[in-house]
Amino acid sequence: MRAMTYRGPYKLRVEEKDRPRIEHPNDAIVRVQLAAICGSDLHLYHGLMPDTRIGHTFGHEFIGVVDEIGSSVQHLQVGDRVMVPFNIFCGSCWFCARGLYSNCHNVNANATAVGGIYGYSHTTGGYDGGQAEYVRVPFADVGPVKIPEWMHDEDAVLLTDAAATGYFGAQLGEIAEGDTVVVLGAGPVGLIAAQSAWLMGAGRVIVVDHLVERLEKARTMAHAETLNYDELDDVVVELKKQTDYLGADVVIEAVGAESDGSCLQHIAGTKLKLQGGSPVALNWAIDGVRKGGTVSVVGAYGPIPAAVKFGDALNKGLTMRMNQTPVKRQWPRMFEHVRNGHLTPREMVTHRFPLEGISEAYHVFSAKLDGCIKPLILPSAS
Amino acid sequence: MTDTTRTDTSSADDIPIAYVPDPPRMRESPEQLRARIPGWGADLDPADRPSHPKLRYAPDDTGAHWRFPERQPGAEQRERSIEHAFVTPVFGTAQPLHGLSGAIRRLAYRRYSEARLGHWALLVVGDRVDAWGSHLRSFASLHPDNPITETGILAELHADGTARSGRSDRRHQLLDPVVVAGPWVAAAAGAFLGGRRLLRRMR
Repeated sequence: MRAMTYRGPYKLRVEEKDRPRIEHPNDAIVRVQLAAICGSDLHLYHGLMPDTRIGHTFGHEFIGVVDEIGSSVQHLQVGDRVMVPFNIFCGSCWFCARGLYSNCHNVNANATAVGGIYGYSHTTGGYDGGQAEYVRVPFADVGPVKIPEWMHDEDAVLLTDAAATGYFGAQLGEIAEGDTVVVLGAGPVGLIAAQSAWLMGAGRVIVVDHLVERLEKARTMAHAETLNYDELDDVVVELKKQTDYLGADVVIEAVGAESDGSCLQHIAGTKLKLQGGSPVALNWAIDGVRKGGTVSVVGAYGPIPAAVKFGDALNKGLTMRMNQTPVKRQWPRMFEHVRNGHLTPREMVTHRFPLEGISEAYHVFSAKLDGCIKPLILPSAS
Repeated sequence: MTDTTRTDTSSADDIPIAYVPDPPRMRESPEQLRARIPGWGADLDPADRPSHPKLRYAPDDTGAHWRFPERQPGAEQRERSIEHAFVTPVFGTAQPLHGLSGAIRRLAYRRYSEARLGHWALLVVGDRVDAWGSHLRSFASLHPDNPITETGILAELHADGTARSGRSDRRHQLLDPVVVAGPWVAAAAGAFLGGRRLLRRMR
């Protein structure tokens, strides 16, 4: 089969690989119909995630058709069209039994601090991902869901991570009616977080970024006010002014480990890798939220420490909530919101690439060329 | 609940709200927001939010029909975090450990827990050894690494010039080629100098 393979930082190519096989009785093999590149894939691409091995196939956002099932699979049949949450989870460990599907203890031998994720290095379990023609899906009776007839494929693929993570991020904020919610980052996660904040009763939603086309999308798609930090001397001071010197009630950090906004942090964290990325957005969240407020973190960070202003978080009495998204837990309610038009994930899709063009797809997404917000990968078109 | 009868944001005496005890006020009423924003308030009740409460004991709702999953074969040689009691019953089998990078990574897993910086530092070293070993091996294959095609840099040729102003990497545009191409240039220069020295000695 054809599959994207990692060749080292900033380098990847499409290679011929063996088609995955059933390795456990509850496995399924899924023929991928549509995949996406996630912003967090860029952390792998840039070499920030430890134990990312040469030859690894990325991709944790994908949908497809069940091509083969293991002997114990009861809920799926060959030919079913499924959407697959980015989490690999068993459904039966202490954590899964309590709804923490992203923290499953039975799927990642390499680490206890993170669950299993498709195509996201060996630190998250060493599973090849879905930017390929076929992918192994463990626990087929637990993770995948048949795609509803009414659902658009592009909505379905975005619900496997980016959209679910945005919705989850707003929930972590514990938004109350009338709250001022600041969303840092107008990428796919931030845009859905902004839409979701309204669903939870926000009184104001302010989205912060520096890419003009993304800020425009935040205004049109998420009905949000926007701040371009490139035009500001100090974004935290502006947030204080915007909120009558109180600070936001809730800040949702939807950027993660490669935040722009500080050249020094970028060089130290992202280029020289002297720390675990560049936590500029997280520090803005801590400083921009009001005392006693809540910071929700859904931007992706790796296991290597970074210079986070924890003292400010302590001294301000903040509540900080975060996790990888337990995706399947979000779906029944999210399906209603998508069907009703309250959440509009596919509105964010800007680019579609064949699998054979995936090197250029990563470069375009990484450099944000051509106003790229969300690129999709089409294996069957390659 | 906020006071929704007033729509300005500052206090009555124009002292910023942070310095007085007044509750913050909404700029728009719920009715105005409901009219303007699709679905406003649909999840106002925390009970409607799927992640509330954080821990919700429902083991019968997951689709699992086992108490502990059947064990996947092949765990004997599989590396694992020493914070785990055993290799998890299901695990990834992509890119098994091999060669020098594999030895470094195996040491990281065997020697250090995830709590130790040495664990992650060794894994990063293993990554770089893996990358350079693979690059060198590729030159002895029919499919050598090609930094032009593999970096996707050719996309720059097709990019819409009017959209370049919004690119995210303009602050560090000069750095990226150094990071990406620098090691290749350094390796080529080293090979050239080493080869020249060798030739001179042979003469």
